[in-house]
Amino acid sequence: MAELSLSISDLHAFYGDSHVLHGVTLDVPAGEVVTIVGRNGAGKTTTLRSIMGMIEKRTGSITISGQNVIASPPEKIARLGVAYVPEERGIYATLDVTENLMLPRKVNDSGMTLEKIYELFPNLHARRNSQGTRLSGGEQQMLAIGRVLRTGASLFLLDEPTEGLAPVIVQQIGKAIELMKAQGHTILLVEQNFRFAAKITDRHYVMERGRVIDMIPRADVEKRAGQIQQYLGI
Amino acid sequence: MTTSTSTTDTKISAPPVRGTDYAWYAAGLLVLLIVPFFIYPLFAAKVLCYCLFACAFNLLLGTSGLLSFGHAAFFGSAAYICGHALKEWGLPFELAAILGTLTAASLGLVVGVVSIRRQGLYFAMVTLALAQMIYFMAFQMPFTHAEDGLTAVPRGKILGLFDLNNLYVLYYTAAAVFVIGYALIVRITNSTFGQVLKAIRENQPRMISLGYSVNNYKLVVFILSAALSGLAGATKTMVVQLASTVDVHWATSGDVTLMALLGGVGTLFGPVVGGVIVESLQFYLADSGLPIQAVIGAIFVVCILLFRHGIIGEYQRLRGKH
Amino acid sequence: MSTQVLFGQLLVGLINGSFYALLALGFAIIFGLLGIINIAQGTFYMIGAFGGWMLLNYFGLGYWWGLLLAPLIAGIVGMALEKTLISRMYKLDHIYGLLLTYGLMMFIMGTFIYFFQTAPRPYPVPPELQGGYNLGFMFLPKYRAWVVLVSLTFCLGTWFVIEKTSVGRNLRAATENPMLTRAFGINVPALLTFGFGIGVALAGLGGVLAGPIYSVSPIMGGDLVIVVFAIVVVGGMQSILGAVITGLSLGVLEGLTKVFYAQGANMVIFVIMFIVLMVKPAGLFGQEK
Repeated sequence: MAELSLSISDLHAFYGDSHVLHGVTLDVPAGEVVTIVGRNGAGKTTTLRSIMGMIEKRTGSITISGQNVIASPPEKIARLGVAYVPEERGIYATLDVTENLMLPRKVNDSGMTLEKIYELFPNLHARRNSQGTRLSGGEQQMLAIGRVLRTGASLFLLDEPTEGLAPVIVQQIGKAIELMKAQGHTILLVEQNFRFAAKITDRHYVMERGRVIDMIPRADVEKRAGQIQQYLGI
Repeated sequence: MTTSTSTTDTKISAPPVRGTDYAWYAAGLLVLLIVPFFIYPLFAAKVLCYCLFACAFNLLLGTSGLLSFGHAAFFGSAAYICGHALKEWGLPFELAAILGTLTAASLGLVVGVVSIRRQGLYFAMVTLALAQMIYFMAFQMPFTHAEDGLTAVPRGKILGLFDLNNLYVLYYTAAAVFVIGYALIVRITNSTFGQVLKAIRENQPRMISLGYSVNNYKLVVFILSAALSGLAGATKTMVVQLASTVDVHWATSGDVTLMALLGGVGTLFGPVVGGVIVESLQFYLADSGLPIQAVIGAIFVVCILLFRHGIIGEYQRLRGKH
Repeated sequence: MSTQVLFGQLLVGLINGSFYALLALGFAIIFGLLGIINIAQGTFYMIGAFGGWMLLNYFGLGYWWGLLLAPLIAGIVGMALEKTLISRMYKLDHIYGLLLTYGLMMFIMGTFIYFFQTAPRPYPVPPELQGGYNLGFMFLPKYRAWVVLVSLTFCLGTWFVIEKTSVGRNLRAATENPMLTRAFGINVPALLTFGFGIGVALAGLGGVLAGPIYSVSPIMGGDLVIVVFAIVVVGGMQSILGAVITGLSLGVLEGLTKVFYAQGANMVIFVIMFIVLMVKPAGLFGQEK
């Protein structure tokens, strides 16, 4: 399956009456890793949810490999080969670990098998019959990522995959993301952990108050370190 | 390019109350005074009872957002008690109506205590199921006369002077009860108490954190609503001289819900409009050979699909936009 | 009192309990998945019974065809209503869903009363299931045993599908987090239509089964649905297993009450609900949110 590219222009999104995104424009070329950075409340998560079709009130254009999906429902978008790892992880309490892994619908046969996923995350295999939400935070994050590896998707939207995790587990998650990248998949990452993201990212977008205010290509990261710190308010 | 309808009109909401519209009240009183010269007074009196019932029901739904699907229990139990007091104890209507109202209020206390902590749909289901218990009790209790009901209830005299069998006396008595009940409801809705209830409905967690005992507020309005429904039921028994299992059946709870919905939930005057329409429909359809129940059901469906805010509610929305 | 009477009422209770279980199970599925209180659940029970009766009287199709087709008819009617009307309620205050199904119930019931009047119409017990067994302590009519057997089979079957199959997994996921489940490529709106269909088809099945025992009438499901409400409240609103177990046991309890205190039989389920609400508001099998 050809890798997917993503292009967003002038995206507005609303929760009820409140206007959250004010014309977001960004590009994620096929096979690249793009990271959105920014403070809390800048609209990063809303951007990912809008791409996935999970924000019902949205305008502008979102094209995935040339196809405009601004009016498509989430299941249609997912079936194009887009996979989503939400910030809150979204592990189902009424499903056990295996069921959680098997839930996302396969889009093609290029994904990993259940065995391969368990190989990558042995902890999950040990707890395969446990209720999803009985897992530790780290295990839940592994499950959330493992879950999207099986479907054969080629555009991954990852929302803060390392948030609140112990360094050992961050390493494991990093391995999985590097694996995705090595396979040539397209990744749009939202990440507060700049040091973690910088290693794999091809370009950074900086968001503030529902807008993209800057784009920093990989080559400029060191040169503009001071400015980045300012953006993130570190 | 939005994929959904606006989410702003998803809550049952009360437009701001305009308590100062005295011109409207004067006009309303005038209409009440002249009605029996144009419409059969007995029918008009009966309609007023149901209008009061709908207003009492709406007092709960409009201020607290709680949909009770069991209000027939209060209406009907007061109807029975009032009927029994008139017929078996020979009490005058004033006392019988007070007895009925107190019965409904105490029943409201019991039902309220168990159901008030439940929210939304749970509340509706629990009130419906508890009301059904009352319905079955109405078949078991000796004084309700099961399927036959309390028939030929004597009306007696009002204030010991005027014979209620005179249709005009009957009508103006019912109208007086309605005005008292309606005035109380307006007063409660506009009081600080009513405002606190609205604030609870808008944001319950905030009101809890501000130290309001939310459930007590809801319980009080529930009891008030039950009591006023009882007043309506008691008066109805006197007017039509009958209290039967129909009064406690869940279809009566459904009818009163439709009245409030059709007229406009959360508006003060809406339930009156809804009450007049539903009662008139039932009256005129009764001889038409059309299936009343099916027609009422269809109105229900259309109303929910097309104008959820009800007649008065939609009118206020239109006026509010200009 | 004679054991005959006791076991006779136990059997009646078990039969009623089977219907309660079927309806409550369907109700719980619909409530969990769609967040809709389906007051019309009893109406689909009636539609199932009438479906069987019409198949027999208009098309000459007997009980076995009825058993197969009537729940299907109820399910299809349900899916059509979900698709066209009920699905418009999901974004609104939950109360509107309740009111809509109430209106639908009035409409359907009123229409049936208009065409068929309220007098019960007998539906014969199929020849294969006539007669019964003498168990020594009581006489067990074949058909009644059959009703209990079929209900239990379908309740357990439904439970199995929901807990152990991939369709059930998707249903559970859609119940728990519909939006995220859609983001995993699962067509949740279609699943909701399907779930509503299954929920009301179970009621329809109850209706066909009930025909030979209670006869067929437009008002047969009207009051039943409120008993089902009470059962679901007692069992815990979303609990599938709770609905089945509570339905059966309260049916039996109701039967026993008829033996010991006949006047209270109609009320016992509501009294139990009252007590459960006081002691364990989330229901016996439910979890407090």
